Amino acid sequence: MFIGNIYITLKEGVLDPAGKAANNKLRDLGFTNINNIKMGKFIEVELEAESKEEAIRQLEAISEQLLANLVIENYRVEVVEGDK
Amino acid sequence: MKSAVVIFPGSSGENDVFHILNNVLDERVDLVWHKTTNLDDYDLVILPGGSSYGDYIRPGAIARYSPIMKAVEAFAKEGKYILGIGNGWQMLLEMNLLPGAVLKNANLKFICSDTFLKLENNKTLFTNGFKVDEIIRMPIASGFGNYFCDEPTLQELLTNQQIVLRYCTDDGRLTPEANYNGATANIAGIINKEGNILGMMPHPERCSEDILGGTDGLRIFTSIINKLKGVNI
Repeated sequence: MFIGNIYITLKEGVLDPAGKAANNKLRDLGFTNINNIKMGKFIEVELEAESKEEAIRQLEAISEQLLANLVIENYRVEVVEGDK
Repeated sequence: MKSAVVIFPGSSGENDVFHILNNVLDERVDLVWHKTTNLDDYDLVILPGGSSYGDYIRPGAIARYSPIMKAVEAFAKEGKYILGIGNGWQMLLEMNLLPGAVLKNANLKFICSDTFLKLENNKTLFTNGFKVDEIIRMPIASGFGNYFCDEPTLQELLTNQQIVLRYCTDDGRLTPEANYNGATANIAGIINKEGNILGMMPHPERCSEDILGGTDGLRIFTSIINKLKGVNI
């Protein structure tokens, strides 16, 4: 079994109102060194696969088909543990 | 003419659309469960508003893989007519039947409000009963109403006159203040290049009777019916 991580973030140039709101509030709270916050999604996946490469291919496939919308989002996958 | 209004788990607008077509306009219409796989009997499919599948992942992202969607894709390819309202529009975007995507509203709030809209294209099946540049009023109710498309897509929409509705002030100005949810170019509704699929954020079914304070929405439905029945208006 493998455990995969998928990170989904908004593409450059796509408005991120949640990130902006968090950023503004943190500055209000005194964290004036915070310049930018980008909000995204983190998804942990447990999956069966023949190899690490196959696991990565699967994670990419599920990202493209369902978990990310490539019109507005980028995704990055990694396999963190579970090598047989 | 016969319409199908599709019910997904979490849809909420289907009964209002059914009511307008069945009771107000006396048209043939069926409520159709999303596991239906055959739409051969229908001339028009309406994907209603609501929060299908709780809006999980993204609005429309799960519904776009409902069993009925293969039939909806075939229906679209045949050039038959599809209207997506609110969440229904989000499904059409997720299916790539219309270009672009939706984002969270720019102010992060769920907006439930009457909006003024500029009718930019009256040469469509869905809007032939309006005058071009007419200012109309319809309500929106969405947290993810903020339409987004990139610059090349926007240029294409403009060139092909695919922008049908835009948020405006009561006197028709396309200002940022009138752009309730932050949508690209104040866009509230677009049609595909072929002209058979319209997606819109405002709810025409919620302003189709005088008792509800407005009837501009009814004209979307009468435009469709008159055209499909070959009535001259």
